[in-house]
Amino acid sequence: MIPAVELRDVRKVYQGSPPVTALAGISLDVPSGTIYGLLGPNGAGKTTAIGICTTKVRATGGTTRVAGLDVATDAVAVRRHVGVASQAITLDRSCSVSDNVYYHCRYFGMPAAESRHRTEELLDRFLIADRRDAMPSQLSGGLAQRVQLARAIAHRPSVLFLDEPTAGLDPQSRLALWDLVGTLRGEGLTVVLTTHYMEEADKLCQRLAIVDHGRILAEGTPEQLKQESGSTAVIDVALAGDRVAARAALDGVVGVRDVQDTERGLRILVAPEGGGVPRVVSRVAEHHLTDLKVVEPSLETAFIRLTGRDLRE
Amino acid sequence: MSSRQSILASVLGLWARDFRVLRREWMPFMLRTIMNPVLSVFVFTYVLPRTGQNLPVAAGAGTMATVLVPGLIAIAMVFTSIAAVALPLSIELGATREIEDRVLAPIPLATVPLAKVAFGAFQGVLAGAVIFPIIIALPATEVHIRVASWPLLALMVALSSWTAASLGLFLGTVVRPQHIGLMFAVILTPLMFLGCVYYPWASLSAIPWLQVLVLVNPLVYMSEGLRIALTPDVPHLPMAAAAGMLFLLATILTMAGVRGFGKRVVG
Repeated sequence: MIPAVELRDVRKVYQGSPPVTALAGISLDVPSGTIYGLLGPNGAGKTTAIGICTTKVRATGGTTRVAGLDVATDAVAVRRHVGVASQAITLDRSCSVSDNVYYHCRYFGMPAAESRHRTEELLDRFLIADRRDAMPSQLSGGLAQRVQLARAIAHRPSVLFLDEPTAGLDPQSRLALWDLVGTLRGEGLTVVLTTHYMEEADKLCQRLAIVDHGRILAEGTPEQLKQESGSTAVIDVALAGDRVAARAALDGVVGVRDVQDTERGLRILVAPEGGGVPRVVSRVAEHHLTDLKVVEPSLETAFIRLTGRDLRE
Repeated sequence: MSSRQSILASVLGLWARDFRVLRREWMPFMLRTIMNPVLSVFVFTYVLPRTGQNLPVAAGAGTMATVLVPGLIAIAMVFTSIAAVALPLSIELGATREIEDRVLAPIPLATVPLAKVAFGAFQGVLAGAVIFPIIIALPATEVHIRVASWPLLALMVALSSWTAASLGLFLGTVVRPQHIGLMFAVILTPLMFLGCVYYPWASLSAIPWLQVLVLVNPLVYMSEGLRIALTPDVPHLPMAAAAGMLFLLATILTMAGVRGFGKRVVG
């Protein structure tokens, strides 16, 4: 089966002074019918990658195929296959909620009657029928994003691209959106989303690519990524005392995989099995420990190990 | 569906959307269409004569009210294209990125700006039709309209409205939303006052440098072209010159606008 989305050594350099390399050559396959996540900090190149897949951005090099069609040579056909909901609300502010969905159908060539019917169906399904006559500026962020989602799938695309779909949403709206995306996938839609929320990537996605500085650092199922990071817990300690001595104290401690210097102290990567975390903490405690943070093995620790930085940094 | 049919279906969708917005905003449409021509007629054909400042109209030019008719239709077209094409486009291409949904429709990229120009031209014709009876009926003095050839009138109206709409497209793609006010001051105002609206081009022979300078102004050819079709007794440019220049300018502005549009929406 051909992948829903296929990127081969895709590069993008934005011209300017200096030129900015957004994508330094990424390759990935999105299997049909999955929710695929691009996880990375802001500026990692995720939005550019989605822009290329949806014909909004022209790649500098490499090939991109969506539903087997080359985005560079078959842009018009590709657009029939993709639905797009971007992070910013791009709803047509001169049109009501229902008109936004209705005219989207018309732009895709649906006859008027069918467009009306499809609009009704989506308004009901996305629970926005009672706001049908509202103008986009009157909607909350969560509601506007729901309208965008309804609009994005109105022409029945095979791949749905969501750029940071839950950024800036309250927790309740976020959960509601996750539910919707899960249901859409259940109906056979392939979903590609970008996020910098670990939880979103972990809960929602079947496969993930961790992206930073325009490269893919790791790719796999969330489980694989967690295991590849060697089931490592990350302990950040702030020390008032001597760092070198603290480092020495950690020599030979069972389970310690790596010790890195940080601004305020040390970052210790440790296997948590068999009391690894308490062992480390008791050793560094003697060196004027002023603060302590333990991150359990998770996508976040995988991310820290791969990129050397926090998503929040 | 063949690809031509499917493009046509999408274009009808784009127009249906624009028509819906126009229907909802018909009141602002009427106001911005009528305001300038009505006040111009009022000042030039009522206030100035009544206050003893009657402008001497060039020999053979007929009454001031007659001179104004084609020019004011041209102005109405330009104002409409600015309001209906340039302003919305400038905003939709800017911060809100509202144009995105239309750009992602399964049609060649140039279709979206070309459909905008066509709809803008339609609105220009509509604006002309709205003000025509007003500027004929309103002046106290005689207005002398003589349509010698209806096909010629249709041609001039079509070329003028296309020129106005393509100017709107071009400005919409180059002017950033924060500079809209500036655009009115430095582009529209000179366009209007130096557009042979209030005087026929021939009368500028008294100021030769200006007569040459205004030839870069598309509004000159719109005013003069409509003058040929509606008030042929007023001195005017030769038909071929007006029609040829309108066609040339509209083509250049449309091409530049489509190009600018592409640059703005594709990264």
